[in-house]
Amino acid sequence: MEKRLQFRLTKSKVFQWIIILFAFLITIPLIAIIFYVLKTGLSKISWHFLTHIPKPVGEIGGGIANALVGSLLIVMVAAIIAVPIGILCGIYLSENKSSKIAYYSRLAVDILQGTPSIVIGIVVYFWIVKPIGTFSALSGSIALAVMMLPIVIRSTEETLKLLPDTLKEAGLALGLPYHKVIMRVIVPCGMSGILSGVMLSVARIAGETAPLLFTAFGNPYLTANILKPMQSLPLLIFNYATSPYDEWHDLAWGASLLLLIWVLLLNITTKWITRKWKVQL
Amino acid sequence: MVCSLIACNGGDNTTPGKMAGNASGGDKTLLGAGSTFVYPLFSKQFSEYNKLTGIKVNYQSIGSGGGILQLTNKTVDFGDSDAPLNEEQTQKIGVPVLHIPMCSGAVVLSYNLPTVKDTLKLTPDVIANIFLGKIKAWNDPQITSVNAGVQLPNTPIVVTHRSDGSGTTNIFTTYLAKVNTTWNTKPGKGSSINWPIGLGGKGNEGVAGLIKQTPGAIGYIELAYAIQNKMAFAKVQNKGGNFITPSVASTIAAGNIPLPADAKVSLTNTDAADGYPISGFTWALIYKEQSYNNRAQDRATNLVKLLWWNIHEGQQYCEGLHYAPLSTSAVSVAEAILKSATYNGKPILQ
Amino acid sequence: MEIVRKVLPKKVTFSYKKARLETAFKRTLLITALLMLMIAVGVFFTLVIHSIPSFRALGVNFFWSKTWDPVSNVYGALPFLLGTLITSFLALIISIPFSYAIAIYLGEYNTKGWLSGLLKNIVELVAAVPSVIYGFWALVVLVPLVRSLESKIGVAPYGVGIFTASLVLAIMIIPYAASLGRELIRMVPSALKEGAYSLGATRYEVLRHVVLPYTKSGLLAGLLLSLGRALGETMAVTMVIGNTSLLPDSIFAPGNTMASVIANEFTEADRTLYLSALIELGLVLFLVTLVINVVGKMIIKRFSNE
Repeated sequence: MEKRLQFRLTKSKVFQWIIILFAFLITIPLIAIIFYVLKTGLSKISWHFLTHIPKPVGEIGGGIANALVGSLLIVMVAAIIAVPIGILCGIYLSENKSSKIAYYSRLAVDILQGTPSIVIGIVVYFWIVKPIGTFSALSGSIALAVMMLPIVIRSTEETLKLLPDTLKEAGLALGLPYHKVIMRVIVPCGMSGILSGVMLSVARIAGETAPLLFTAFGNPYLTANILKPMQSLPLLIFNYATSPYDEWHDLAWGASLLLLIWVLLLNITTKWITRKWKVQL
Repeated sequence: MVCSLIACNGGDNTTPGKMAGNASGGDKTLLGAGSTFVYPLFSKQFSEYNKLTGIKVNYQSIGSGGGILQLTNKTVDFGDSDAPLNEEQTQKIGVPVLHIPMCSGAVVLSYNLPTVKDTLKLTPDVIANIFLGKIKAWNDPQITSVNAGVQLPNTPIVVTHRSDGSGTTNIFTTYLAKVNTTWNTKPGKGSSINWPIGLGGKGNEGVAGLIKQTPGAIGYIELAYAIQNKMAFAKVQNKGGNFITPSVASTIAAGNIPLPADAKVSLTNTDAADGYPISGFTWALIYKEQSYNNRAQDRATNLVKLLWWNIHEGQQYCEGLHYAPLSTSAVSVAEAILKSATYNGKPILQ
Repeated sequence: MEIVRKVLPKKVTFSYKKARLETAFKRTLLITALLMLMIAVGVFFTLVIHSIPSFRALGVNFFWSKTWDPVSNVYGALPFLLGTLITSFLALIISIPFSYAIAIYLGEYNTKGWLSGLLKNIVELVAAVPSVIYGFWALVVLVPLVRSLESKIGVAPYGVGIFTASLVLAIMIIPYAASLGRELIRMVPSALKEGAYSLGATRYEVLRHVVLPYTKSGLLAGLLLSLGRALGETMAVTMVIGNTSLLPDSIFAPGNTMASVIANEFTEADRTLYLSALIELGLVLFLVTLVINVVGKMIIKRFSNE
């Protein structure tokens, strides 16, 4: 009897250690990547790197200013498009839990969330780039906005669903019009959850490359014209990483470090915000 | 809000397509796409042109096939391809497209064998057999017999090729089809073929990157890429039986033939005794009639002026980047072609 | 009280203008919801319309012909279907032990505390790293490692290939099944577990015979979500898979996935049939990920409602 029990207890202990081992093994690739990018990229970053555009092929020097500005612009425009629409849609879905339209809309959001980013790139090419006749940062922003929307919508919906109905009813009972109740009472209460959804979506698309391949296209010059092609950090990394030029590899590493820091900072800030708000995202 | 952003940038936006036209006036940008073969030269030329005139030329090297497609879709001002338009492409575009030669270059067989210090010699059949997958190791007798005295290792050959539609591939496979009957039957020549074996890289850049990182690799890339990245490349036996080192001189020798009026000609398997057999032109492609999609006249003029500069003052940058400049007769043919570009029927260049 | 004072209008009387504002607002909300529906439907239709030439010319044989030859205008999707399936399933299999271990650890052994929080954050950061950075790192670090492995076991030392792509994918998809699994395991009613403990079961036995069977369908849904992510992943795979449109003959061979061939060849597909064939691949990708994601979410919903 004792031996059987001992065996079972040891089996349990061994299992526990195996689980712990396998669970923590995931830290290895993460640390390896962060460490590698940090090590290789840090030395490449300098004031010159941040303020100059790439030099012609084969010449040393140059920087990634066009990609930095490009990324910021494209992401900003995408957010301007996606955030208002996303929040409003999230409000609708949280307010109309059982209507037919809400059901299909929610289904559409789920479908879009799982759609591969390259498919979105193809579709936006046909919707925007071909009719307008030129590649543009705007079409890239639109593609990224389509990817941001599901994340913003879901987090808004989930956040608002957590708020007690009594809040809304109190506002309505006092005679407030519906839109005031939503915009001045409900949304401000859910702001941190909504905000973290927005930041997560920005973090997600800041690193997206595939949709930009056929929309924003790339540009060796610094430009702020969103109706023209524009360079962005992920595009630069992709193109330069697969090239044979060592100077370009250096630029790609510096760019990778900046991109990684940007994305990780957004994620960490989001976590800090949600800790106050316990949102299930 | 999006509409107001668009409206800010030019009057009437009632029809799509007007956008492209209206976005000029003071617009000092041009958009081009295509060949990766010529990209190192363009990169330098456009940077210098920008310093001279302030015009920013955004050229994306997505491969000749990509350049042709984007030109067909009218999403770029000009394309560049190392393969002239084939019948289907010409038919699809429907209107005349001018081919303006920009320069010629050499497609070299670059390889990654750190232990081999001498330059390898390759014959047409050996090259074909390597890319057909028939020769699998570097110390195969077919290779050693041509390279007497060179110690070749027993490493497997890793073949690399283009994964995208490429004029460079077209030059290389046209050459192989001419010199090797098996290759001519299958897989044949083209910008994008069904490779029997090998890894794919995107653009000349991608293939060069693959070769550089993979020991035992061999691939075909433009000379500039090999030299800029300090990669080894082979001497190839030409029609006359001589083993020619790819260089500006041997490319010029191969290109020293009269050009037809439309400038479409292949330089592969040249008859010239000291010509490099895998050379080719690269052509800038523009619509002959430039007023399409409500393009502004300034834009068309800027474009033609840019290309005019490329075939004249721009040629000074060729040799430094290991491209062969156009011969005088080639320049006159190019000039004639450029002069035939029209806007609403009237020639753009006077 | 503050809120009430701030938002109450000065004169609380009925006004047509306010009513119109309210309807306008409600209508705007409705429009945004409809917009999402339109976008999803639009994506589907755009893909279908542009795939028609290919479907008409090549028919269903498209899916099992193995020659992709743009020169002779012959297109067969089998190499890419295989490439996609092999890389995704291999990645899934590799990732299972790790995702489940994380899920079990965070859901059962250590649900609170600093170590648990740390692991949870690490897992979420793994999901946050952009795919292109994974690709770049894999190109520079994993590929040489795989190359030396390949030389040791005697296969062609490409370095790039299906195996390398599966490795990178595995790392990238671990967080999805892991976080879903954790939620589900935490939701197992304590009454069930305590019942087992009171009968003298060890921790392992409770996990094996109570928790895991209870969460079986949910864990499956987590795997489906991971699979959906793997199928659509483009950039990291494109950078290390070798870009060869041939049928892969071993897991160390180079290959191509549907997503990577689209990324490589879309901007230059100059013939109608070529472009249409690529878009048909995109359509297949869209439909497959759609089905997987919807099925996965349905399973989760049913599980959460039980």
